[in-house]
Amino acid sequence: MPELHLPWLELSVLIPLIGAIVVACIRNLDQARRVSIAICSLTLICAAGEWLDFELLGTFEAHDHWDVFQYIFRRDVFVIDELSAPLLPLAALLYLTTVLTTLRTKINRFSFGWMLFSEAILLATLACRHPWLIILLLALAILPPLVELRKRKQNTRVFALHMSLFIGLLVTGQLLVSADASAADPPILAGALLTAGALIRNGICPLHCWMTDLFEKATFATALLFVTPMTGAYAVMRLVFPIAPAWALQSIAILSLATAVYAAGMALVQKDSRRLFCYLFLSHSSLVLVGLEMAKPIGLAGALCVWLSVGISMLGFGLALRSVEARTGRLTLANFHGLYEHTPFLANMFLLTGLAAIGFPGTIGFIGMELLIEGAVEVYPMIGFAVVIAATLNGIAIVRAYFHIFTGTRHTASVSLGCRAAERVTILIVVLLIVGGGLLPQPGVQSRYHAARALLEHRRVADELPETNLTVAHDRPTTANSP
Amino acid sequence: MNTHSVIPVLGLLVVASPAVLLAVLGLPLLVGFRLSEQWQSRLTKASVLTGLLAATGILATMLISGSRQEVVELGHWVAIEHEHEHFHFHINFVFDRLSVPFLMLTFVLCGTVGAFAEVYLHRDAGYHRFFLLYALFLLGMVVSALAGTIETLFFGWELVGLSSALLVAYFHQRPGPVRNGHRVWTTYRIADAAFLIAALTMHHLTGAGEFQKLMGSGAWPEGVANIGFWQASLVGFLLLIAAAGKSGMVPFSGWLPRAMEGPTPSSAVFYGALSVHLGTYLLLRVSPLLDVSMPLRIAVIGLGLTSAVFGALASRVQSDVKNALAFASLTQVGIITVEIGLGLHYIALVHMIGHVCLRTLQLLRAPSVLRDHQMLENAVGEHLTGDEVATSRSSSPGQLWLYRFALQRGNLDELLDDWIVHPFTKSFRFFDSLERRWTNLLSGGNSRTSDTLSPYGDSLEDVH
Repeated sequence: MPELHLPWLELSVLIPLIGAIVVACIRNLDQARRVSIAICSLTLICAAGEWLDFELLGTFEAHDHWDVFQYIFRRDVFVIDELSAPLLPLAALLYLTTVLTTLRTKINRFSFGWMLFSEAILLATLACRHPWLIILLLALAILPPLVELRKRKQNTRVFALHMSLFIGLLVTGQLLVSADASAADPPILAGALLTAGALIRNGICPLHCWMTDLFEKATFATALLFVTPMTGAYAVMRLVFPIAPAWALQSIAILSLATAVYAAGMALVQKDSRRLFCYLFLSHSSLVLVGLEMAKPIGLAGALCVWLSVGISMLGFGLALRSVEARTGRLTLANFHGLYEHTPFLANMFLLTGLAAIGFPGTIGFIGMELLIEGAVEVYPMIGFAVVIAATLNGIAIVRAYFHIFTGTRHTASVSLGCRAAERVTILIVVLLIVGGGLLPQPGVQSRYHAARALLEHRRVADELPETNLTVAHDRPTTANSP
Repeated sequence: MNTHSVIPVLGLLVVASPAVLLAVLGLPLLVGFRLSEQWQSRLTKASVLTGLLAATGILATMLISGSRQEVVELGHWVAIEHEHEHFHFHINFVFDRLSVPFLMLTFVLCGTVGAFAEVYLHRDAGYHRFFLLYALFLLGMVVSALAGTIETLFFGWELVGLSSALLVAYFHQRPGPVRNGHRVWTTYRIADAAFLIAALTMHHLTGAGEFQKLMGSGAWPEGVANIGFWQASLVGFLLLIAAAGKSGMVPFSGWLPRAMEGPTPSSAVFYGALSVHLGTYLLLRVSPLLDVSMPLRIAVIGLGLTSAVFGALASRVQSDVKNALAFASLTQVGIITVEIGLGLHYIALVHMIGHVCLRTLQLLRAPSVLRDHQMLENAVGEHLTGDEVATSRSSSPGQLWLYRFALQRGNLDELLDDWIVHPFTKSFRFFDSLERRWTNLLSGGNSRTSDTLSPYGDSLEDVH
């Protein structure tokens, strides 16, 4: 297997892990925040380096340089492929932007140590492909929000019950998977248990209530960091996708489609801004899952594009909402707040990021959503149009939230509610990604389409994909020699 | 330099001028810099003038060369090619007898309204916002007018929709305009969904989104649709829903008077003139479909007639001039739709251009019509005729019913609320209550902390 030129993956995991220990020892919270920013920046550099290095290799998969785990366990632990390579920098960006937009007034409520720990766990999850290790890391990722809920003396039963079920199903399912399992010879029971577990983590209806409960009780940042990376979808791709038959994947897609429409409808009737965000995110992440389970190149490519676009745009949308809430407290959507005159920048960014999430023309999500809808209609000619309905409802909900938060009345503030420089820069970065990706979509789409074909090739379903040839994983233009 | 090299350059200039304007007005706002009113106005004028001159140049070139249709190819914006599988987002702009007049009309009216708004909104708090949305609208209209593929048309269509809805809510410190803006946006989104489904269906039927593949190779309006009866009916009906939503035709007419909450310049150019005609423009563009499907033709005529009659009734009883003009617009839009249904393409096009110009003039004059009337009376030195109060006449029950029907605008909004909006929200509120019960059960108590929280109730340090 080709090897990266530097140990980017180990560095991406170790830096936040060591940082978590260092930050936990710092008593001065402001200093802890500054150190966290530095650590998150370093991690992002390493994650971006990994992506760049991987792209230069021009291969489907690669393992880390100087992989110490390989020496110890005699197997590749940190391996990335075309699916996970761009997800690592996206995850690192998520953490950096979150810590940058955390105001000083909030630092006594937000644990930077646990945040860095969760970043290390997330990056490790995305950087490995071994099923048991993924399950272990997914279980560890539950700790930071659980600890925070306990610390805040919140009821953890809803969250803990769902997460226990999630881990229990994954462990049982994986125990039943034999070594030679594949899509051609699928282990039905194991596949069903793994699927059920992953669907809980994804929040597929009716097993989604833990997500709204988390947004109710945890800090916005913790909830955002726990759900936005879509590790549930990642678990599906790593644990279920390689062994599930096509009909099983399409059943998951139909469930996801129903969730996407249901969550979009629920977003329209919410009166709390965080619950609105939660349902919007749920609807979008379900749409990603719809495409992932189509097992067709165009739909899968669309889903991979939407995964990135939704990750970026919902991150921006969440951060804009969090910045507004940091100034006003939690916002109800039952009445108008009229904050536009005080925070026009946040208002515009809120609208732009929200529209990007629904795939508005000119934004990063547009082409991805087109591909996804095209793929959905190809596989399910009639119900594929439900994707259009979900996107329509989401669009209405986003503009409704914009109107309720930023317009409708004249707000009088005793203090300045203007945007801080760090917040402005952070959101601007997200906006640049949204607009840049929207105006120049070809490289991203081409890369995701290639990843989609390669993933399907690895499922060995040649009978369902006659046009696929065995060279698909290796036909990328190589710009550097593999070591 | 021959016509084949001139037209692509001018065509690009036409599209680039509003795009550059949008970038120039929008980018400074991102970095917290505000252009002065004077500079905004200058840039807007320069952009509109450049676009108009380029469009005129194209018209002149086409007239000289005798060409009836010119296509400016920009190639594939996105292309996926793999043996049996492909996906293209092709961009090309078509200059023909339909798009060039509509394009020039767009530039002329937007330029007029831009000049009007420069004075009308001078020192208004939302001046910058208005011109940013104006640039977005102009770009949307230009792209929609010239689109050679259904995806490109959808691109422009969405930009027009967003800018229109936000301009209805321009006076956003009052709840009324905001609610109306949201209503307009909701209607547009439903129309957009129909449009998108039509685009997808068209993709599946023809394997591409180019209008030429759907309508045949002939220049407008002589193209012959390349698809069968059922396909034409399906795509046509979906596009008819999209057009009805965009043009405020029955049953979507409720948003027209709501749109008048916006400032007069936007009411004039968007809802009174250009925006409401975008639906009829779409129908004109896909008019060869009507030749294939008689039910579709009947539906177009029926919708046009209904809208025209409804608009005529409603406009006669409105109590303010902008609403009266909005419904008068609907009447004409309905008649234009009937003309399209009858296959009178050129008459429909000329009617549309004439009506757009007249309505823009009327709406722009509306705020000062009373003052003008008084000035005229002062100049003449006596009261002019026409301001006497008509004596009441006895009315039959039928007339009274008709009057109430028109006054309440056919209760179209209420009908949509009762049959669609309320059942929808009621259902999802029921699901929400079920979820609440479920999480309460699991938690062993009240699970929703958001019920007890109120904004501004905490100090900044306590907010979390």
